[in-house]
Amino acid sequence: MNSMPLLRIVPPVVRIARRPQRMVERQLMCYRRTWPILLSGFFEPLFYLLSIRVGLGKLVGDVKVGGRILGYAEFVAPAMMASSAMNGAVYDSTMNVFHKLKYARVYDAVLATPMGIGDVALGEITWALIRGLLYSCAFLLTMIVLGLASSPWIVLSLPICVLIGFAFAAVGMASTTYMRGWTDFEFVPTATMPLFLFSATFYPISSYGSWAWVVQLSPLYHGVALVRAANAGQSSWGNVGHVGFLLTMAFAGLWVVSRRLQSLLVK
Amino acid sequence: MSPEPLIHATGLRKQFGDFTAVDGIDFNVQPGEAFGFLGPNGAGKSSTMRMIGCTSPISGGTLRLFGLDPATHGRDIRRRLGVVPQLDSLDQELTVEENLIIYGRYFDLSRAEARRRAVELLDFVQLTDRAKSRVEPLSGGMKRRVTIARSLINEPDLLLLDEPTTGLDPQARHILWDRLYRLKQQGVTLVLTTHYMDEAEQLCDRLVVMDAGRIVAEGSPRQLIEQHATREVLELRFPAGTNADNEAYALGIGDRHEVLPDRILVYAHNGDEALAKAIGAGAKPESALVRRSTLEDVFLRLTGRTLVE
Amino acid sequence: MSTPAPLRILEWNVAVYRRVWRSSLLTSFLQPILYLLAMGLGVGALVNRNTGSGHILGGVSYIAFVAPGLLATTAMMVGAIESLWPVYDALKWGRQYEAMSATPLEPGDIVAAHALWMLFRTGIAAATVAAVMALFPDVRSLGLIAAVPAAMLSGIAFAMPLGAWAITRDREMSFPLIQRFVIVPLFLFGGAFFPLSQLPLLIRYIGYSTPLWHGVQLCRSLTNGTSLSALAALGHIGYLVIWALAGGLLMRRFAKRRLFA
Repeated sequence: MNSMPLLRIVPPVVRIARRPQRMVERQLMCYRRTWPILLSGFFEPLFYLLSIRVGLGKLVGDVKVGGRILGYAEFVAPAMMASSAMNGAVYDSTMNVFHKLKYARVYDAVLATPMGIGDVALGEITWALIRGLLYSCAFLLTMIVLGLASSPWIVLSLPICVLIGFAFAAVGMASTTYMRGWTDFEFVPTATMPLFLFSATFYPISSYGSWAWVVQLSPLYHGVALVRAANAGQSSWGNVGHVGFLLTMAFAGLWVVSRRLQSLLVK
Repeated sequence: MSPEPLIHATGLRKQFGDFTAVDGIDFNVQPGEAFGFLGPNGAGKSSTMRMIGCTSPISGGTLRLFGLDPATHGRDIRRRLGVVPQLDSLDQELTVEENLIIYGRYFDLSRAEARRRAVELLDFVQLTDRAKSRVEPLSGGMKRRVTIARSLINEPDLLLLDEPTTGLDPQARHILWDRLYRLKQQGVTLVLTTHYMDEAEQLCDRLVVMDAGRIVAEGSPRQLIEQHATREVLELRFPAGTNADNEAYALGIGDRHEVLPDRILVYAHNGDEALAKAIGAGAKPESALVRRSTLEDVFLRLTGRTLVE
Repeated sequence: MSTPAPLRILEWNVAVYRRVWRSSLLTSFLQPILYLLAMGLGVGALVNRNTGSGHILGGVSYIAFVAPGLLATTAMMVGAIESLWPVYDALKWGRQYEAMSATPLEPGDIVAAHALWMLFRTGIAAATVAAVMALFPDVRSLGLIAAVPAAMLSGIAFAMPLGAWAITRDREMSFPLIQRFVIVPLFLFGGAFFPLSQLPLLIRYIGYSTPLWHGVQLCRSLTNGTSLSALAALGHIGYLVIWALAGGLLMRRFAKRRLFA
């Protein structure tokens, strides 16, 4: 059989999946009883954005970015949205997956059925994205209510945040396959916290002067730049680069997951 | 002529790095049969089961299930299997009923069908009243029954049970055996591993005895006892630490004998006769017991070791 | 003389901790460093540029304002988190409390041991943050040494009431909700990042009533050397002590009901 050349760039984990939606169905079943926890997450953007609007925003005043004058809350909100997409995806694909892998042995039972490794990996990532999308919607609504949305193009922040989540979930899951025990997870905040703080989240990249290229290595920076561009309604070729960066990261992560999950689950 | 075997294995091997867990075994399982792997911990039973369950790739030899190769048709084979793993892998985040339903969904049953079968199966394992309960507070025996109900959700042609009653109390074991016996009557092919003799004798039509990754004997429980043991066994208990001194009394009174840490076994066609000879020779055991031979004796004969240590 | 009972329980905590503390060493230093760099210096540069802010902040730079807040919030986080899941763990999963209740130990011993353990953990965390703060010229002062016990006090003002809550629980579902609706909002609105005077009146008074605000005030005046009347200082300390004591008494009562009934 001739496989189309294009198919070869699709990570094997995607090609061998048949019923990843069953894993999503399982998650929905779990949330039938624990939905208050899911729902409570919707308040997080409110708390964060509000504290910046009434607190830090007053102290900072306006910031000047790329020739535009912005209120500080308006400047920070898109970055918080991107960071929240990252954090949610990382949590779901590291701690959550590890718990199910090592302790609850959820996947052992799944793999005894016609479901395969591809279904598990893709299903879990899909769930992380759906949950992330829900939180992003909550974030967007909060921004609109607090008057922090400045362009109708801000709706594009939803697919952008799904992309951010995809990239971080893939890499998060790939690193989970290398984790030996809970103590290894100390490294997760060690990685995400600098990204959160130093991705031009709280102050413009121009503040870094000639060190700006270091910030550009942060995948979150590219996500933040995209959401910010959407909120400003600005299109530029740079955005294509940002999307490319995140896509590359997502596919690289999936490749590692494909290679590693097999050895982890099938012994 | 026998029908095509459900499971056909020749020279089957499993290797983990330098360690050989299964060292070239041959066996066939016929449809409708209850087939057992008997052996101590570490004999290679679970590795064999995982290969049959298509969740562990084989390292050598051939394995066919329903005439299909697990390496290429794992998904199609698993569609027809029910698996009860050694450690319960129930979904802790779901209720008993939900565990069964989502499992049915993994097998692509419609929601309505999965729900209908879940109700039926919970009745079969006598857990209807616990349907809405979470898994965590259930007793070990109940969890096992949920796992068995779950393994039946796809109406499997072949049910794999890895040490189904290990760690359960006697009452729970008897409930389980009863349910498994009914399945057997319904024509479900059972393959199980165990290190309990009574379990193998109760459930298996045919079994293989495994030791250190190899099959050391094969047959029905009755055949194995006839071939590898005598009709009766005389158990002599002497005061602690004097077994070696008293071994002489066991010589020549039966076919052969074994000295265990706590007793001496004499294999004989007639146990009472052997006991009379020993007493006649001046033996003063603290207690003496004559019983029929069991698979335990077969195992001891074949491997020189007891099963549960 | 035999070792007092709570100290014997503490030996168990220490034994567990000795196996895991190394793995969090890097993170516990790295986090405050990065945090002060980004918020204190990075955002600080923006704040200090804004002419109106100096007055709102009481004449100090933003890093000098925010760093003591970090000290108090870190102690709060440690005290809160270590009193929810670990207490629940010892109750339901590990069942160490059940094992202790079968010995001559009393509920009061268990609670006293928890308080001591929380003082130890918040102390370590606060001392780490204080050491990091000393790296930044704007916040380096001898007052940091006195700010550490103030932070510890804010930590156990959260630890004891939350420990009392955790010891009554049969499921841990409420814990993430507590984190989300109590700890995070306090972290954001407890006066660590901006003065409460910026908030609407009603929310301001909610802020004043939380132990965190009092802890932040203490830490801030000690590190910045800003004047605080003896009465105000006593008020802050007294308020924190009341929370810790009331929580401890409740915890003892619940422990008795749960473990010794």
